[in-house]
This record gives sequence, structure tokens and C-alpha cells, in this order.
Amino acid sequence: MRFKLMAGLFAAALMSGTAFAQTPSTLRIGLAEDPDVLDPTLGRTYVGRIVFSSICDKLFDIDDKLNIIPQLALSQEASADGKEVTIKLRPGVKFHDGEAMDAEAVKFSLERHMNFQGSFRKPELSAVDRVEIIDPLTVKLVLKNPFSPLIAQLTDRAGMMVSPKAAKEGGDKFGLKPVCAGPYKFVERVQQDRIVVEKFADYWDKANVFIDRIVYLPITDSTVRLANLKSGQLDLIERALATDIKDIKATRNIKLATALELGYQGLTMNIAKSDAGKAGLGLDPRVREALDLSIDRKALNDVVFNGEFVPGNQWVNPENPWYMKNFPVKGRDVAKAKKLMADAGVKTPLTIDFMVPNNPETRQVAEVIQSMAAEAGFDMKIRITEFATSLQQAEQGNYQAYLISWSGRTDPDGNIYSFAACKQPLNYSGFCEADVDALLSETRALSGMEKRKPVYEKAAAKLLDGRGGILYLYHRKVLIAHTDRLEGFTQRPDGLVRVVGLKYK
Amino acid sequence: MFSLIAKRILQLIPTLFVVSVLIFSLQQLLPGDPALVMAGEEKDPEVIEQIRKQYRLDQPIPVQYVYWLKGVLTGNLGESMRLKASVSDLVLAKLPVTLQLASMAMIIALLIGVTAGVVSAVKRGSKLDYIVNVIGLIGISTPNFWLGIMLIFLFAVNLGWLPASGYVSPFEDFWGSMKTTILPAFVLGNAIAGVLMRHTRSAMLQALDSDYVRTARAKGLLETKVVIKHAMRNALTPVITLGALEFGTLLSGAVLTEQIFTIPGFGKLIVDSVFNRDYAVVQGVVLVTATTYVLLNLLADIGYVLVNPRLRG
Amino acid sequence: MSAVSMETPAPLAIESPARRAWRRLKQRKSALLALFVIVALILIAIFAPLIAPYDPTKQSWSAVRKAPSLAHWFGTDEVGRDILSRIIFGTRASLSAGVISVGIAITIGVPLGLLAGYLGGKVDAILGRITDAMLAVPFLILAIALAAFLGPSLGNAMIAIGVTATPLFIRLTRGQTLSVVKEDYIEAARAVGNPGWRIALRHILPNVMPALLVQATLTIATAIIAEASLSFLGLGQQPPAPSWGSMLNAAQRFLTNAPWMAVWPGLAIFVTVLSFNLFGDGLRDALDPRTK
Repeated sequence: MRFKLMAGLFAAALMSGTAFAQTPSTLRIGLAEDPDVLDPTLGRTYVGRIVFSSICDKLFDIDDKLNIIPQLALSQEASADGKEVTIKLRPGVKFHDGEAMDAEAVKFSLERHMNFQGSFRKPELSAVDRVEIIDPLTVKLVLKNPFSPLIAQLTDRAGMMVSPKAAKEGGDKFGLKPVCAGPYKFVERVQQDRIVVEKFADYWDKANVFIDRIVYLPITDSTVRLANLKSGQLDLIERALATDIKDIKATRNIKLATALELGYQGLTMNIAKSDAGKAGLGLDPRVREALDLSIDRKALNDVVFNGEFVPGNQWVNPENPWYMKNFPVKGRDVAKAKKLMADAGVKTPLTIDFMVPNNPETRQVAEVIQSMAAEAGFDMKIRITEFATSLQQAEQGNYQAYLISWSGRTDPDGNIYSFAACKQPLNYSGFCEADVDALLSETRALSGMEKRKPVYEKAAAKLLDGRGGILYLYHRKVLIAHTDRLEGFTQRPDGLVRVVGLKYK
Repeated sequence: MFSLIAKRILQLIPTLFVVSVLIFSLQQLLPGDPALVMAGEEKDPEVIEQIRKQYRLDQPIPVQYVYWLKGVLTGNLGESMRLKASVSDLVLAKLPVTLQLASMAMIIALLIGVTAGVVSAVKRGSKLDYIVNVIGLIGISTPNFWLGIMLIFLFAVNLGWLPASGYVSPFEDFWGSMKTTILPAFVLGNAIAGVLMRHTRSAMLQALDSDYVRTARAKGLLETKVVIKHAMRNALTPVITLGALEFGTLLSGAVLTEQIFTIPGFGKLIVDSVFNRDYAVVQGVVLVTATTYVLLNLLADIGYVLVNPRLRG
Repeated sequence: MSAVSMETPAPLAIESPARRAWRRLKQRKSALLALFVIVALILIAIFAPLIAPYDPTKQSWSAVRKAPSLAHWFGTDEVGRDILSRIIFGTRASLSAGVISVGIAITIGVPLGLLAGYLGGKVDAILGRITDAMLAVPFLILAIALAAFLGPSLGNAMIAIGVTATPLFIRLTRGQTLSVVKEDYIEAARAVGNPGWRIALRHILPNVMPALLVQATLTIATAIIAEASLSFLGLGQQPPAPSWGSMLNAAQRFLTNAPWMAVWPGLAIFVTVLSFNLFGDGLRDALDPRTK
């Protein structure tokens, strides 16, 4: 009897001891901006996706070689004609509110993305005609026409599944309290201050989730973000500056994780969007080629980014499997540029209205380009324009050159179609050539890199080096700095901060 | 006197009406299509049209104004396009932050400014007076965004004593909250301290020269007692009314300071919303802050009249 | 016997208010120093091309973000331009922004204030409400909105700041007008049949002048900071032309790497604004009949 009592007391003491020892572990992440609404159907910011990667799992994910891997779905299979895609779902998955994720829920989520008022996922899923339920763990997507980039779309927001119950209750306010199936569930948000999420006990991969809480803190000033990381107020920051890399590497308690971005930084040229374009860079393709040749991409990278980023000349970065090696980055050639301008019969200096979004790094790049292009006979008049205004002006063609970047998509189609095909929404240059259109449409219908890449190469011959509407300049590196106490962090090219597998030493 | 107050209160209404028209039209005049900004990279003409309809952006401006005004009068300030949160919720969430910052800045300004002004007046003409004057001028001459950057550099980056940014609520962690707000409050208070100092100084100088102080001195009272009990009490009242006005300005949000220190107050909210063309937020927040400012103005005027009977009637 | 000169005695030397003000101003050393600095700044602005050691827009990619040295006294910026030269040329943007904005504010504000004070009644009431409304909206927000509307450029920033500063001058002029309008000589002038505008110009304006001058000087100081703030936000002077505010904008990312990029423009703004404030103060003391 006494022995039992003693054992009981001892056990109690032991348990309270361990209870004391377990203060919740928190990962504090510094974001470069405040995310917009946390609804996968309505969200459109890059930082929003970073938060989603902890709360909303997707049907598929990508690995660091950009291969499609399972997440909420286990496999996918396309029919022979490419018009039907059958997806098998992972069993036993629960949403944060306890509802089960089954084919009904997947159909609901996909239809929400396709039909909800104001949904930004509509264009991404425009190839889908309807979603059919085959059995509780299998759905079939019936497409209007074969579309190979579809699965890649399902590795991003379009593939995020939401709890039908919560979505129906929340309506368009769902984003204020999102309920998905990710490793963490939403706790609270103080606008422009922080977003708090905590571990979801019933996550399908809960064995690999170690940290109890994550707090996302938007801090726009990059110097301040880094200072916070160094002083220990933050555990991880995104978008460290290239010019801070030396400092980060020299600091003992922080580590740098990098990956080359999926997108690109480029200069869009108004070729035929408006009369301004036709009088400027639309005069003659040789003028655009001259502009391309006047830019020293290596020097640009060295001056603005301490040589840390990567010069580029295509819509995918040089390390991407889709990069076409027979179109390498050209060096600077001012003499040839001048000759091309003369051949085209253009009177120099040619004044170019150069619209530049209002952010310090972009301004610096613009100033360097201005100086470089001047030697070839271009007078680039920089016009710093607020982002909001610049979008409208680009729409209307009120510019001649526009320094705008693209965050990038997994499938190369996402980096080129909307920009180069005739009359597409993101085609600010007005470039429109029927044969290029045909080639780009062909790449969407074919499947497999061996079949698609040769078609891309045919299109590239008409799009690169100034022949198309965009000059590709460089690719940024995703720069994530974190405390060295954090283990298990790897960076993939999409820039997302994946939290599964992270733990503190 | 009551008729004066009543008149002033009546004047509030057309003023606020003008504010609402002013801020509404300014928003509309801004180039850029909010629907396009909302869409950003995810452009689809259909979706954009839908957004336009949903937020009535396709209606003529006077119509939009009437809808907005109707909402305001029924207590609905509209909704943020970007965040989908109601503007009233945003205002309520940020009010404590801005209030805390404004109050701390005001306390710093009063402590530094009034003390300096009194010292400078009492020790008039001396080296101390000169130094204090110069410091006051330095206060108003320093661009506060530069001061902010330099302070961050010194205290956060180099010395590591204080956090470089962010905000912690005092209800969560009092000392943490003080640490995050002391630098921005100092930057803000510093500029106001200069203004307060100069006004205190001239008010004190006048008070020290006045008859009743001369009488008090003649009566043989201790100089400190003369200064504190008699001169200061009379000199401070106009200063307090000025302080109320400055507080009102602080409440409108210290735009640049909040931006630099990442304090989620009104200032930062307004600037971000202007750049994102989130009309409803700008209109709603500016209307709230303008109303507060105008009310504080009125209170200050009433206070001034109460103290100075000569101004009544 | 010496001849006694019977010249007519010299007329009594009555000082004009301007001379008296100047004499009193001279007595205040700090104000004089401030004036000296302002004149120096104006000269620097005018003779910038002769004084600056380098072309302020010339980039040098091998000399990016170099610390102050003998070759570059203030160091170089993020694209290798000489900071000293950019500060010198930036004086033009800042001074013109200060003066022109205030010029705009005075041109619009003073006549309106005179109208309000002289005419009173409905005109005064309407103007009063508009002025109150403009003052109730945060100054920087108004300026940002106006500048964004007009388009980012130094000229438009000046207009935006000028318009935002106008209510100050309306108020000031109105107040001064009100206190003068009750005086007897105004009544007399009116009785004689002088038209309103002549009364305003001849009698009221000269009385408003001193206060206006002081306010103008102090507002130039505020306007310079406002221009720097707008440029800091990207809404003012366009690159590559230099402006102290946009230099600070670029310097923010390099605080740890190249702190000199932030120090010099801030110091320049500070010295300029301080001088205008000191001078305005001195002017106020000199013009105020009550102070010694």
C-alpha cells in the first residue's frame, strides 16, 4: 500500500516535472510585407503563399528539382487524350475543424476556386470543365482541352483544399479565419502586426511536426528585419538583401539558405500596345536587340547585388531543367548595338519613357541600366511610378519600357504564355505573332519535357534577345536567413518557407 | 459663452462634411485602378470586372460618394478590399497602438519641452537659456525619419539595447512594450518638445513680468515658490491647449515614423492603403482622425476661453 | 571770433521700421549666423557646377559604396556616384522646393485670407470650413495624395506641398486682417470712398507683412522637410537627379554597410532647416515691437 502511494507520488512528481520543462516552442518568421487576405481562392500575394505553406496543404507539392510529389493527393494520371486527369487522394486527412477531407471536399474546394466571386484562381483552372467524384478517395478532372501545366497549378494555391463547412459559413470572410488541412492551424491575426498559427494535432504527417507555434511578423525594412534576426527577436527572415550576404555569412549564430528563384527580373518593352510603343522600342526589332546588347548583365549583378544573383536571358533561370542551353547569356557589345541602331535608321539619342516601380532596389537597377544604355544611344528617362499607377499605365500602354518582374511558376508555361501570347492579360508589350502563339499553345497540349522542350526552343528563337517583348535580365536568389538553432531547413526555388521537419536544437 | 460653444459645435458639421468630400475626391483622383491593384499578378479580365462591380467602382463618383456617406452615417465605414476586414475593426485594432504612441510622445514632449521652457525663461539671457533654445531648435529642425533611422542604427543595430522594430502590446508584456515604443515616441516627442518649449518660454516670460508675480516677489516669497506656484500656473494654461492640438496631430498617425519602426498604427495603415488604392480604409481612417482632431480643437478652444474670461462674449 | 555755422539742423533721424528691424537683427548673433548659412546655401545652389568635384550623375561601378576618402570626401553611393557632389547639387532641389512651395502657399493663401478677414460673413464662414477641413487631414497624407495624383516629380511635389501649406497662410492673414480692420484709419479710408482692394493693398497688407515674413521663413523650413519626406517615399525628385530625401531613401538598405550614405543628406537637411528656423526666430524677435 505504501509502496503504491510512493510510486504514485513519484510518478506525479515526474509528470509535473516534465510538464514544467515543456514551454511551447515558437518559430518567429519575419516577412517583407503584410500578406493580403488569407483565403487561397482570393489571395494574390507572394508573402500570402509563405503563410499558406504552414496552414494550407495542397494536392501536390514540388521537390527541389521541381518534380511533382504527393501531399494531400497520392497520385495523378492523365488519360491518353490528355482530357481527363484522375487524382487519388490520401486517406485519413482531416481539416482543422475536424471535418474529413474526401472527394466531396476536394470537389468543393476546386469548384470554389473556379466559381467563387472574385476568385483569382479562375484563370489558373480555366482548362477544367468539371470535377467528377469517382469514389470517396478519387476525383476526376475533365478538361476542355489537354493542358499539361494543370498539375503544376495544383502545387500552388489552386490546389489548396479548404473545409467545406467552414468555407460555406465564412463566405468571403473565410480568409479572416481560414480552415485548411496544413500542419498548423490559424489562431489569430492582427493586421500589419502578426499572424499566429499553432500545431494541428491531427495532421496527416504529425510525426514530422516539432515546433508548437509559428508567428509571422511583417517588417518591411530589410535592415530592420536582419537586425531583429541578429538580436534574436526573430528566428527566420525572408528576402534578406544580396548586399547583406557578406554580413550574414560573417555572423556566427545565423545561417543562410538559398535557392535560385522560379521567376525572373526583366524589362518589358512596349512594342505594339499603344502608339507610344510603336514610336519607341516598337520601331524596329534591331532597336530592341541593340538595347539588349547594351546591357552588361554581369556588371549589373556585380554593382547592385555584389555578384550574388544570377544573370539570365530566358524566362526560366539557368539552373532550371527547362533552360535552353543553346541560347546562352550574351555579353555586352556596345559597338554592335550602335551599328544595329544605325542600320535601323534610328536617330540617336532615342528617348525612352522608362517606367520604374517605386522601390529602392528597382530604382538602383534602373539607374544602372540607364547609364549602360546611354552608351548605345538610348536616353532612358526614368519615371518612378507607384506600383498601383504603373499597373494601370502598363494596361493602357502609357510607357515605353517597364521594369517589372515576375515571381515565377513551377511550370514554364506560367512564365511565358500570359506574356507572349496575343492579347493575354499580362501581355503588356503588345507582342503578337501567330506562329509564336501556335507554338506556345502546342506546348500546353503536349506532355512530358522531351516533347515540350523542342517546341519551346522553336518559340525561343523568336522571343529572346529582344525579338520578343521582354528582355530577361537576371534572377534573384531566394535568401532566407535563420538562427543556427533551427535544424532541418531546406530552401526550394519557389521561395516558400516549408515548416514540416523543422526543429530547434 | 454657451452660445459660443454651441456655435462652434454647429460649425463642426460642415467642416467634417468638407473633410469627407475632400478625402473622397482625393482618393478618386489618384491614378490607378484599385481592381487592377487587387489583382496584381493574377489578372483575368472577368475577375477584375467582378471586383469592380462588387465594390461599385464602375459607378460614377458622386453615386459612390452617396453610398459611402450613407454607410458612414449608419456606422458602417466600409471594408478593406485588400484585407477583407471591416474598416471599423481595423480602426479599433489600431487605435490603442496609436493612442499609446501618441500619449508616450506627448509625455516626453511635455517633460522635455515644458521643463526646458520654464528653465529657459527663469534663467533668461544666461548660457543655459541659450543652450536650451538651441536644443529646442534642433528638435524641430531634424527630419524625424532621419532621426529614426539614426536611432535605430545606434540603439538597435550597433548597441543592441532596443529592438529595431515591431510593437508589443503593454497588456502582453509591459516592459517589452516600452522597449518597442520608446524610440518612436522619442522621435515624435522630440519635434513637439521644441514647439512646446518655445511657447512655454514666451508664456513664462510674460507671466514672470506680470504684476501679480512682482507682488509675490515684493511680499518676500521664495523665488522657487513664486515660479512654481504663481508664474507657472498661469503660463501653463495656453501651453496645455497647444498640447491638446499637437496630441490631435499625433493621433492622425505619425506616418513616416510608424513606417520606419514598423508600428502598426494609423499612419502606416493610411500610407499602405493609399499605395494599394484601398479607398475605403483611407477614407474611413482619415474621417475618424479628422473628427478627433476637430473635436480636440474645439476642446482646446473651450479650455482657452474658460481660462481667459476676457475672450468670452 | 569763429563763425557760427547757421546751417539748418539735420532732420531728425527717424528710423523706418525696416531699418530698425535690420539693426535689431544684427544684434542677434545666431540669427545673423543663420542668415550667413542661408546665403551660403543659395550660392552653393547657384554655383553647384563650379563647386562640385564630380558629375553628380556619373556612375562608377568599380567605386560602389566606398567610405569617405581623399578622392571622395563624403564617400560614394550605391552606384558609385560621389556623395559630396550630389549633396551640393541637391541643394538646388531642396531650396527651390522650400521657396516655391511657400511661394505657392502665399500666392493662394494671402489673398484668400484678406478676403475672409475683410469681407467676413458668408465668405469667411465658407473659407473657414474649408481651411479647418484641410488642417484636419494629416498634412503628409494630403501631400502624398496630391503628389501621387499629379505624378511623381519635383515640380508636382512643390505644388502638393504648397497647396497643403496654404491653409496656414489663409488663417494667418485672416487673423491679422481681422485685428487691423477694426482700426480707425481703415474706417476713415472706407469713409473717404476707397475701394476695398486698395484698402487691402495699401493699409492692411503692410501690417500683415511682418507676421507673414516670419511665417514664410518658418514654413520654408517645414517645406524642405516635407520635400525630403516625399522624395524619401519616392514621390519627389526623379533619378538620377539628386535630392537629399531620395538619397536617404537609397541609404536605408545600406545602414550597416555604408552608413555615410545616410549621414550626409540628413545633416544637410538638418543644417538647412535649422538655419531657416533660427533666421525666422530672429526675424520674429526683431520685428516684434514688444521684445527688447
